[in-house]
Amino acid sequence: MKEVYGRRDYAIIGELVEPGTRVLDLGCGEGELLAWLRDHKNVDARGVEMTGARVQKAIARGVSVFQGDLESSLEDYPDRAFDYVILSQTLQETRDPLRVLKGMLRIGRRGIVAFPNFAHWRVRVSHLMSGRAPQTNLFPYEWYNSPNIHFLTVLDFEALMREQRWKVERRIFLAGNREVTLLPNLMSEVAVFLFSSAE
Amino acid sequence: MVSESGISTFERIDLDCGVTIAPVECAWESYGTLNELKSNAILIEHAFSGDAHAAGEGGWWSNMIGPGKAFDTDKYFVICSNVLGGCRGTTGPGSINPETGEPWAMSFPVVTIADMVRLQKTLIDSFGIRKLLGVAGGSMGGMQALEWAVAYPGSVAAALPIATTARHSAQQIAFNEVGRQAIMADPDWNEGNYYGGKPPGRGLSVARMVGHITYMSDASMRAKFGRRLRAPDQFEVESYLQYRGSTFVDRFDANSYLYITRAMDSFDLTERGTLGSLFERIPTRFLVISFTSDWLYPSYQSLEVVSALRSRNCDVAYCNLASDYGHDAFLVEVKEQSELVRGFLASTFRSLPA
Repeated sequence: MKEVYGRRDYAIIGELVEPGTRVLDLGCGEGELLAWLRDHKNVDARGVEMTGARVQKAIARGVSVFQGDLESSLEDYPDRAFDYVILSQTLQETRDPLRVLKGMLRIGRRGIVAFPNFAHWRVRVSHLMSGRAPQTNLFPYEWYNSPNIHFLTVLDFEALMREQRWKVERRIFLAGNREVTLLPNLMSEVAVFLFSSAE
Repeated sequence: MVSESGISTFERIDLDCGVTIAPVECAWESYGTLNELKSNAILIEHAFSGDAHAAGEGGWWSNMIGPGKAFDTDKYFVICSNVLGGCRGTTGPGSINPETGEPWAMSFPVVTIADMVRLQKTLIDSFGIRKLLGVAGGSMGGMQALEWAVAYPGSVAAALPIATTARHSAQQIAFNEVGRQAIMADPDWNEGNYYGGKPPGRGLSVARMVGHITYMSDASMRAKFGRRLRAPDQFEVESYLQYRGSTFVDRFDANSYLYITRAMDSFDLTERGTLGSLFERIPTRFLVISFTSDWLYPSYQSLEVVSALRSRNCDVAYCNLASDYGHDAFLVEVKEQSELVRGFLASTFRSLPA
């Protein structure tokens, strides 16, 4: 999923980030996005990644990455340490998503979250027709080996934003490499949200 | 590779203990060429038993320093000096006390990691280098790298503390104490007055044997020795330790062992404040590396430093490299470590104001 959609949501996130800012990428993988932001937008780029081999690649790229668990790592940073805290394609894998989102807005002025939309029509059809846990190119796993433990939809995320009184500054919906404007909860495979605390 | 070596004499060094050593000598080697801006200098810090000979034939980190290597001498000017209190060219307990004309022996003043770094700062100043691109070292070398960043934050663009700690644990102090007691229990030690006579070789070699055990891991010892026999009544591992112990006696001074291990044990950055407060507003970038099988300097000690740096939003990269080599990994686990160091140094060098 990351391989297929990575580049496209990286491009979107790249556009959302203002030049010269401080950026933390949670679950930054091999640091491709951070290296791109550093080279093209002159950002102060930091990352957190669990997998040692990916951390090595990221540091070898010259990106300052901390090897550790992203959920517990949030606590170490001071308030408002970053202009943007990015969580790309990982929210659905976290144990406590709300705590992660709150942490993001504590240490960052804005959050950027990209996640696969569990309400995309293909997911709905797969589930309805097969009667089994849905499998699509976006959710290619069997129920027993999926890293995804919290499934969410565009509507779910919007509802949480309202509930927490957080402000959505930008929302971008993608299907393949195209942007979706109509019926995003049904038509988008990936959603990208730029959000902040209301005040 | 262009390389030079020398022993620089400086007027004096004022030590933490209040004593002044005057004059003081510092043995160093350098590799590569200092650029016009003097912005490409990297100071390499040796570990407990190391010396200034870091690169080239027989250099203790020659797999990391050289043309095209992690510390690329085609790009950087690499300097390494022997520590204060050492026995490889820099003033130490085996040096002559100018006031008495005799070796200092145990009258040598107590030295600290901060004293070692202070002497290095004098050396770096004598090269006309205002700001080091990097300070790097493993184990005790990593303590010095941390000390550099805390003591001279404006003079270090990047610090690379590897397999190290901000303060020794009881376990680390305990192993050092076994080494010290082994030396002092040797009758040839003679309260430290053995210069010109027979050095306490038995005690020093036992101390070194203990040290070597702590540098390896269960897995690396199993792979290297297992239960193989060297002779009908001698295990391979016994023979190895004895060999390492006896060769150490030829190149290391027992009194330096006492002084330097004491400096390591007394090192505690937190005596000066919480780690976080020490790292407040430090502009230095950090690359911290630990190794999974290093039980002498476990990763939690590196993480303590890294957490403090992150709590002050300092620029820090951290990786816990997978290795079976134990504490020795920073000397032998070269491939992954090189990738990290190379990328980190290159990005630091690029980010310097031209």
